[in-house]
Amino acid sequence: MNRLMERYLRRDALPTLFCPGCGNGIVQYAAIAAIDNLGIRPDTACVSGIGCSSWIPCYFNMDVMHTTHGRALAFAQGLKLAQPDKKVLVFTGDGDCLAIGGNHLLHACKRNIDITVILVNNHIYGMTGGQKSPATPESAVTKTSPWGAYDEPIQGAETAMSLGATYVARWTTAHPVQLQKSIEAGIKHKGFSLIEVISQCPTQSGKSVYGSKDPAFIMNYLKESSYVYKEGMDEPQGKIKCGVLIHDNDRSEYIERMEARMNQFRSAKPVKVKNSKEIENTRSVER
Amino acid sequence: MESQTVEPLPRGGRKVILQGNEACARAAVYAGCRFFAGYPITPSTEIIEYLSAEMINAGGTFIQMEDEIASACAIVGARWGGKKAMTATSGPGFTLMQETIGFAAVTETPVVIVNVQRGGPSTGQPTMSSQQDIYQVKYGSHGDYEIIALTPSSVQEMYDFTIRAFELSEKFRTPVILLADEVVGHMREKITIYDGERKIRGGHRNYVVSPQEDFYTGGNCLVEGQLHDEEGMRVGHLAEKSGEFIRSISGKILNHIDEIQDVESYFMENADIAILAYGSVSRPALNAVKLAKGIKLSADEKEGKLRFLKKILRRKSAGENPYSHLNVGLIKVNTVWPFPEKEIQRLAAKCRYVFVPEMNAGKYYKEIERCLWGSTVISLPKIGGEIHSPSELMESIAGEVRDNE
Repeated sequence: MNRLMERYLRRDALPTLFCPGCGNGIVQYAAIAAIDNLGIRPDTACVSGIGCSSWIPCYFNMDVMHTTHGRALAFAQGLKLAQPDKKVLVFTGDGDCLAIGGNHLLHACKRNIDITVILVNNHIYGMTGGQKSPATPESAVTKTSPWGAYDEPIQGAETAMSLGATYVARWTTAHPVQLQKSIEAGIKHKGFSLIEVISQCPTQSGKSVYGSKDPAFIMNYLKESSYVYKEGMDEPQGKIKCGVLIHDNDRSEYIERMEARMNQFRSAKPVKVKNSKEIENTRSVER
Repeated sequence: MESQTVEPLPRGGRKVILQGNEACARAAVYAGCRFFAGYPITPSTEIIEYLSAEMINAGGTFIQMEDEIASACAIVGARWGGKKAMTATSGPGFTLMQETIGFAAVTETPVVIVNVQRGGPSTGQPTMSSQQDIYQVKYGSHGDYEIIALTPSSVQEMYDFTIRAFELSEKFRTPVILLADEVVGHMREKITIYDGERKIRGGHRNYVVSPQEDFYTGGNCLVEGQLHDEEGMRVGHLAEKSGEFIRSISGKILNHIDEIQDVESYFMENADIAILAYGSVSRPALNAVKLAKGIKLSADEKEGKLRFLKKILRRKSAGENPYSHLNVGLIKVNTVWPFPEKEIQRLAAKCRYVFVPEMNAGKYYKEIERCLWGSTVISLPKIGGEIHSPSELMESIAGEVRDNE
């Protein structure tokens, strides 16, 4: 095993339950390398939901919360608010984050709360055996779209941008170094950051989305059919848009905003509770 | 009425008149709760309103989440961040929280969830009271787990039981539910409250299946929603270990039922008819007992019950008590779950009849019926959102006894 992974993984939890050729290992390494580079291991906790991608942090020898389906962001926000100085890393998938957890994503993005989300998008529900996810491309034949999918797929990164996330990047598993750099930047960024990783699921989405179960073929395909976005460039159609899509340092972070507002009042006197009726001198009301 | 907090409440305190919901909110701050996440819902809204200001004044964190699901999740997250946490809701919100209650039970997260019950099902009766969630509170989330649920019947109990809920949840490292209802939530009474912050001792190792530390303290803990072993490693695929885990998290509550249970009895020494009530219904039930015994209501119970008093006086003046032949007592259950079976059996051992008035279609009486096979257990349900009146209770009891003999 890699020296770095040796230091960071729970040895007794291995081997992982990922299929051979799964993209999760690449994401796992990128996240660990980012945490190690920043030297924030004791100050970082990982939260994940349900699904293959949510198993990624369960092997980290760190504080890890493996929660319920779609709710990782809600748990993470509670944790972050309880310990505002610490880092929270959320691992989630396309089903976990964009389907069942969509509402939590909306509000976490809008709050711009300082959490880093790694959204591993494999275009399918892998753990349950290959059903259509909100990110499944149109016409893909899956276990629950036998006639070919006809929902318009949700783009994770663009959705987060439109909801107000202030750092959004997208990479594929064929861009491991860039992915690691983006995770580092996302953790350092003060505000809500989401890094979408287009990942291969050779077992489930291989055949239905890419036409091959060979992980090397899919990764080659991902590399060839993606381009790195630069501001002002001519964007090719039908290709995966990679790169840092937005990095906005101007919008204020939720906890900072909250603190600033409280401090306005703390210096004066405590805020009185609206509608609170406390009758202190009970003698006058006793009959 | 002395309530059984784990550590005795301090002497002194201030006397104030408070609404039930606000008493609950204040008790949370006093018990050291420093994180509240919630979503407004009638009839529990006063709790979130009060804490939106007071939680901050106490140096804690308040957040209004996007829904009750997120609220429940956030308090579990915050508890692992080292803050005592609570949320408050009513029926529809409580339904949404079930997923996280199961998660908190499996991960042994000490959180307090307040359910100020309203009439159901669905949107039901937002402004009316009920006790319809009595089974949901125990069986709401899927799978086998045990829950601790406390049922306050007065504003003072709303205050004391909230403190006790935090103590029990920390001690047994389990979610504890304060199962209030609209009547106690919105009622105003004179109660004793305390200032400052109460020290509540954390989880006792004996009660914890997988000992885990708060996050960011170097414990490298794995909080796992799948069945797990002592290290947090999943054992969901192993039959024997999974069974062991389920038995452990249930056992830590069921085996300590003596410590958890709180059952009060009134006039039960020689009674052969018992009224068994919990929550707000135990108040008219106590008055019904007093009515049968011809006891005058004490001064502090007079308020707001003038009509009832007049009725008694009228009867007194007529020189008759139609219920004098009935030897009635009251068993008041404050911890509905875990079910205090032995204690109820002990108290009701000599009773020919046990009446169970409830503000639902008749639920808890089935549990009583199951454990009291020597007595005739009769349900006195009342649905529609109104609480039983004492005279109504006594009339039904007298009628049932007459019919049965």
